[in-house]
Amino acid sequence: MNIVVPVKMVPDLVEELEVDATGRALDRSFLKLRINEFDEHALEEALLLKAKHGGTVTVLALDTGEVDETLFTCLAKGADRAIKITGQFQDGVSSHAAAAVLARVLGSIPHDLILTGVQAADDRDGQVGILLASTLDLPHVSVVSGVEPAAAGKAVTARQEYAGGIMAELEVDLPAVLGIQAAREAPRYAPVSKVRQVMKTQKLEEVAAPAVEVGAGSTVSRLAKPETGGRAEILEGSPEEVADRLVAILAERGFAKR
Amino acid sequence: MANDIAVVIEHLEGKVADISFEMLGKGRELAKASGGQLLALLLGHGVKGLAAELGCADGVIVSEHETLRHYTPEAHKQALAAILKARAPRVTLVANTAMGMDLAAGLSGSLGWSLCAYCRDARLTDGRLTAVSQIYGGKLLADADVEGPSTILSILAGSFPAEAGKAAGNPRVEEVPPPPLDKPRIRFKRLIQPEAGDVDITRQAVLVSVGRGIQSKDNIPVVEELAQALGGALSASRPIVDQGWLPKTRQVGKSGMTVKPKLYVAVGISGAPEHIEGMRGAELIVAINTDPNAPIFNVAHYGVVSDLFDVIPLLAEKLKASK
Ligand SMILES: Cc1cc2nc3c(=O)[nH]c(=O)nc-3n(C[C@H](O)[C@H](O)[C@H](O)COP(=O)(O)OP(=O)(O)OC[C@H]3O[C@@H](n4cnc5c(N)ncnc54)[C@H](O)[C@@H]3O)c2cc1C
Ligand SMILES: Nc1ncnc2c1ncn2[C@@H]1O[C@H](COP(=O)(O)O)[C@@H](O)[C@H]1O
Repeated sequence: MNIVVPVKMVPDLVEELEVDATGRALDRSFLKLRINEFDEHALEEALLLKAKHGGTVTVLALDTGEVDETLFTCLAKGADRAIKITGQFQDGVSSHAAAAVLARVLGSIPHDLILTGVQAADDRDGQVGILLASTLDLPHVSVVSGVEPAAAGKAVTARQEYAGGIMAELEVDLPAVLGIQAAREAPRYAPVSKVRQVMKTQKLEEVAAPAVEVGAGSTVSRLAKPETGGRAEILEGSPEEVADRLVAILAERGFAKR
Repeated sequence: MANDIAVVIEHLEGKVADISFEMLGKGRELAKASGGQLLALLLGHGVKGLAAELGCADGVIVSEHETLRHYTPEAHKQALAAILKARAPRVTLVANTAMGMDLAAGLSGSLGWSLCAYCRDARLTDGRLTAVSQIYGGKLLADADVEGPSTILSILAGSFPAEAGKAAGNPRVEEVPPPPLDKPRIRFKRLIQPEAGDVDITRQAVLVSVGRGIQSKDNIPVVEELAQALGGALSASRPIVDQGWLPKTRQVGKSGMTVKPKLYVAVGISGAPEHIEGMRGAELIVAINTDPNAPIFNVAHYGVVSDLFDVIPLLAEKLKASK
């Protein structure tokens, strides 16, 4: 099975996010980027499938900045090929545009199964995987955890997660696109030394992005932190003082004795 | 019609999901602004009876077929695309859920309509549509001017009161058979119910919930101590479960359990929309996080901006001493 995993760099949400002077976009000057965590799960699921059933794993990324190390890390984890798609993507790219580019690039890459991350926290216009499936006229299932080959390798069984811990088991004909929520195992870790070694011995492939046209979209007029009336009362002081305040608050409501 | 508002009704096992009522309530407001009708789109097999619950709408379009008996993204998208293409409503609301995610982007792709995802709000003023999306894990809100005569919005659960969509009424029901789907490429096999857990977190009065701030499995006892001191149970955010540190039965959120305890203590949890969806109904919420901008503080009643390892053991100790 030839598996393709498109990966995306996203702002690290643990860091402070600042809005730029226009008030409409993120200030990208100090932005720390990292691979979308769900893409690590998509890659892990791909590598597990390859280990058990054979095949190849190809990783793709639009060059939205800082992708090289991520792509090398994917190779160090066991991907066979890593392809960087170059173009004017440094200020971000809409999901519709990214899907259109990926669809064209996939024209020359063998693919039975495309595993994307279920979503990325920085897009506003839907998920690339679903749009990609729509462009390529392939079946798509989102929020998947657990993929197994079925029907003599012509299909896969995918589990889609609903609320309340209920899951649906769906059989999906290949080629297909699946949005991975969680791999069967926690994503593997590639030691820095291994990544360094891969950087010396392997090369990233590069493909120039084809020109694409996308339909109607939307334009951000304002980007801001949410204003909420009900923000928490923040308890200040030393850990000792804070713990005492908390005990008092909890005791008042009957959760503790004073 | 070009100024109608359509709502895709989500239901599972004969029960209309709360998010559907949230969207109907919001849809009613948008229909007032657009001067159009509010249409509920109900797909399935043997689901016509559910139309009686959708009294908030002016009309219910029912599409029933064997291929729609169980949800599959392919069959449902195809049936919806046919209805939407024929009616071209101004705005179509789809739930941002596991089911809705495929439909929203799938319909945008196949109809070529604009799409705004993760919507918390939407306004129509003089025919112009503004959508408010919650992005970056709930840290920022983006207001956007949306282009095109028809738009799809995917709505985050918990954005609007469900009560507003539960109005009584007598909508006209129209039946529309779906276009044939001869060779489905996605086939429903079965529903898997959650395993009975060691504890049922939906029944606990006190939950102490642990997130990725805990850093490693070995640290989980730190939070477990607090749960014990409060006589409550330990629950968790999704990454803790995905790492295999706690069983799936302990997961709170969109793809886990919805909980409404009397007390919910969030320890090292950022408060992503998918987590908040599952715990916003708790009576008293206390959050401990090193990041003063963590979105969890937008729903918590009391917050502590501090390292959990400094505060939690101390708090557990003091609570135990007070007993
Ligand atoms: C379709 C879908 C469904 C999902 N379903 C769910 C779901 O059901 N439940 C769920 O929880 N998530 C769900 N998620 C995932 C969700 O988007 C978030 O990724 C997840 O909730 C983040 O978990 P977290 O807050 O523990 O981790 P993070 O977001 O990484 O947050 C960790 C927090 O810990 C803080 N921290 C770090 N160190 C310390 C310290 N020493 N002391 C105190 N604080 C510290 C950090 O500041 C940070 O805010 C879903 C996602 C998708 C796409
Ligand atoms: N620029 C991109 N390059 C490669 N893959 C992408 C890109 N954007 C999105 N994807 C894929 O689509 C998934 C969903 O992202 P998004 O559509 O941004 O929610 C990601 O997890 C990636 O697998």
